[in-house]
Amino acid sequence: MADAKAVPRITASSRWARQTRHGDVFFWLLTLFFALVIIGLVVVVGVVTYNGSAEARAAYGWSFLWGTDWNPIETELYPVSFGAWPAIRGTLLSSLIALILAAPTGVAIGIFLSELCPLRLRQPLGFMVELLAAIPSVIYGLWGVAVFANWFNNWVANPIANTAGQFVPWLSGPIAVSRGLAITGTILAIMILPTVSAITRDVLQAVPNHQREAMFSLGATRWEVIWGAVVPYARAGIVGGIMLGLGRALGETMAATMLVGNSTRIEQSIFMPATTAAALIASELPNSVSLIHESSLIALALALFGITLLLNVIARYLVWQTARGPAGEKV
Amino acid sequence: MAVATQPALATQTAHSMTVRGLKPFYGKRLAVQAMDLDVRPNQILALIGPSGCGKSTVLRCLNRMHELIPYAHAEGLVKLDDINIYAPGIDPALVRRKIGMVFQLPIALRTRNIYENVAVGLRLGGIKNKAELDARVEKALRDANLWDEVKDKLHLSGMALSGGQQQRLSIARTIAVEPDIILFDEPCSALDPISTLRIEELLLSLRQRYTIVIVTHNMQQAARISDRTAVFMVEKTDDVPIGVLIEEGPTEQIFSTPKDPRTEDYISGRVG
Repeated sequence: MADAKAVPRITASSRWARQTRHGDVFFWLLTLFFALVIIGLVVVVGVVTYNGSAEARAAYGWSFLWGTDWNPIETELYPVSFGAWPAIRGTLLSSLIALILAAPTGVAIGIFLSELCPLRLRQPLGFMVELLAAIPSVIYGLWGVAVFANWFNNWVANPIANTAGQFVPWLSGPIAVSRGLAITGTILAIMILPTVSAITRDVLQAVPNHQREAMFSLGATRWEVIWGAVVPYARAGIVGGIMLGLGRALGETMAATMLVGNSTRIEQSIFMPATTAAALIASELPNSVSLIHESSLIALALALFGITLLLNVIARYLVWQTARGPAGEKV
Repeated sequence: MAVATQPALATQTAHSMTVRGLKPFYGKRLAVQAMDLDVRPNQILALIGPSGCGKSTVLRCLNRMHELIPYAHAEGLVKLDDINIYAPGIDPALVRRKIGMVFQLPIALRTRNIYENVAVGLRLGGIKNKAELDARVEKALRDANLWDEVKDKLHLSGMALSGGQQQRLSIARTIAVEPDIILFDEPCSALDPISTLRIEELLLSLRQRYTIVIVTHNMQQAARISDRTAVFMVEKTDDVPIGVLIEEGPTEQIFSTPKDPRTEDYISGRVG
């Protein structure tokens, strides 16, 4: 109000009129458009994969999902046939291995960064964790093939196969040289680790400090504060972070293609080659041999789309369940 | 548990605290000039003063909560009865179990129901027996004048309670573990007048069993409930503000015939 003359005169009609209508409406329309683009993209992906997989769906129906044979080329022993189960099984198993390895580790890293890390280390360490997420997946794959595979065979796969593998069939040998479900899952675990730990750290840091202080003032140790108040408070967000990581593992293509072995035979042992949906599509779609082959690959894509959608719904439900907390809470 | 067997902090009937040469630091910055203070048994000691005078900092030094702030530490002697709580080898968690604290914001632990909000300290102390837990939770809630309002909804979240109820819940949680001293850090500043009144009544009844130190912005509150009052001021040396304890004495004397003119200015509303 530097200049009194600049203030518009208030009259009966102008007094309650809104001053900035057009900008608001424009901004609202713009953001609405972008939001609709998201919905449109999901629908387009769904429609394209659905239409593209028409032949395969007509030929196999739902049994496509649990069919165990994937033979694009007719041989004397095997007729042409397409079943998605080897790829779906490989996808689920490699992601499960990744989840088992990355969830506890990532949550532990997040807890350390948020609750225990000395302040001067917090920034650089957090930066490094986020840097891990920026490494292209082809580099993970390359490193996995060239460096990690050898180490993994000597120090993980062989010892396990020689001990627990004697009694548990799916941990048994023989061990394929540097290709298989187990090593793929391990590399996927490393890839999703930054996602899990960064989100865990962020949701833990968002826990109000008074929740910690109330526990400390009762004589709780740091461990008791973390497990008694901080982690329970943030559990919904932690589950969300793990699920985001799982989503990445399910869809990861390049590193999986390089490491999983691309075999559509179902092997009992997790140390043997297998395939994942993403790896199979990536490796076969560019040189598909027939219309039904291409259509089946697209049907597989549709199945993968459905699996990720389903897991996301389950994750949402879990988050919603845990977010409610004790009954009677106003959320 | 360890609490009971620790001879150093053995239980007495009435407890006192002695502060000698206490210097709280934030990093290298001294927050309050070296100060002495006596907390007498079964009395309420009020710490008053304008914002930034360090009264909350001093309070948090009394149960070693201060050092939980990054880079903060305290020097000097703080004794609970005849034990120096800053002596090497003393477990700060144990100190905090003996010297409880109630904060400015009512805190309901979000992921626990009302019962567990009170039982949490007992569980930390290793009590697992359901009957004992039930009995002590009920006693704490009764002592906090909250039992009648929550006895039918102990399984509900503490977040469902009003602000005043949540503050009494915080008090119940603190007294459930039967500490020797209870520290209150502006317990009423987020509450409405009626809730404030109820908390003040509660403080007066707790005084019969506990020794209490309370930080308050509200001078009338200090006058109403405290036995003794300590007045803090902010002084500036080289433009760096520093808290100073300027006067301590019986509340009546502080409010009627203060020795320091700054106290008179403060309580008559000319400063702060």
